[in-house]
Amino acid sequence: MERIPILKMGSYLLVTIQVDMHDRVTMTLQDELTDQIVRHKAHGVLLDISGVDMVDSFIGRMIGNIAAMSRVLDAETVVVGMRPAVAITLVELGMALPGVRTALNVDAGMTLLKACKKTGMNGYFARRSD
Amino acid sequence: MLQTSELTAEIRSQQDFILKDWVNYQLSALTLRRDLLKEQDLRDQSKRFLEVFLDALETNSDPSSPSWKPVKEMLQEVSRSRAQLGICTKDTATFVFSLKQPLFTLIQKRSQKDLKQLASDLWEINILVDELGLYIAEAYQRSREEVILRQQQDMLELSTPVVQLWESILALPLIGTLDSARTQVVMETLLQRIVETSAKIAVIDITGVPTVDTLVAQHLMKTVSAARLMGADCIISGIRPQIAQTIVHLGVNLNDIITKATLADAFQIALHQLGATVTKASAPL
Repeated sequence: MERIPILKMGSYLLVTIQVDMHDRVTMTLQDELTDQIVRHKAHGVLLDISGVDMVDSFIGRMIGNIAAMSRVLDAETVVVGMRPAVAITLVELGMALPGVRTALNVDAGMTLLKACKKTGMNGYFARRSD
Repeated sequence: MLQTSELTAEIRSQQDFILKDWVNYQLSALTLRRDLLKEQDLRDQSKRFLEVFLDALETNSDPSSPSWKPVKEMLQEVSRSRAQLGICTKDTATFVFSLKQPLFTLIQKRSQKDLKQLASDLWEINILVDELGLYIAEAYQRSREEVILRQQQDMLELSTPVVQLWESILALPLIGTLDSARTQVVMETLLQRIVETSAKIAVIDITGVPTVDTLVAQHLMKTVSAARLMGADCIISGIRPQIAQTIVHLGVNLNDIITKATLADAFQIALHQLGATVTKASAPL
């Protein structure tokens, strides 16, 4: 079965999605990621979706859920590398993912995570989540 | 239907006379735009039309039959060329309707004694010419619509420049009304440029947007959300006093977005967020 690798980088976890996001794969990712955050006491998660060129409302919601779950486990999630077409699709689906931090690429995402750690923004909602 | 064969033969024999009469009538029309349409062109067009018209009439008197296809093609060509020249519908339709006059004269001469015959011939020709007149008007309208459509597309391509103001700062000066189709193009260009330039902040300037209603506001919000998903922040600038009032009266919620009155203010905020500052040189030059 396809699995999405979760890499540990210091106190952060890097998740690079390079396969098609089937529903099953997404559910597995959710399980494994929460496990790993607890095991490694991670402070941040970088979710790289630059390889994803198709999304639906389910996957949009899963991204939101993953961010919310990691926040509960005291790890900030930054979604990085979203493609223009994916961004437009999510907005048209009415899922602007409030409360999820975003960055253009892994580099910018890492900078953002480090900034969060410095200011100790645990459980801080990046944006208003109304 | 029509005792066409006789009548057609008659018209055919008088073709030159009819043509002369018809062209004269068209030339004498008060609304003729001599500056746009040359007399020689008009003469040629009329001559060619009469030719195909008679050819079609000889085979069949029903304008919906296939033998009238060349006539219709000719009419389409005439209306297209006139639409491009900017001649109005009335003048274009006159091209066909003015043919009635010489044809009626001919019929009148032919069956002066037989009133019944006269009436029925006139009626047949009348219906025929009317049909063609309606056809040319329709074709004219179609070609005008083509022109409008092409212009709309041109505008769409022209009106979405994304300019780089500074390292990682983009500006998007919007000009004209924002509809769904344009928002789509604007959004795509902006997001593409964000990827290309790794921009962190995008300033959307709406100085050139004449009106902001709920729909336009919604389109703006969509663009901002999409840019945010890509990891770029948006600032909306160029909000005129009346537009600020309208936005509040409509109850549009722009609370999540940084808004500024001028592009200069927005630029300053953008620089501030990136940790850059602009200072004046101590001594003016």
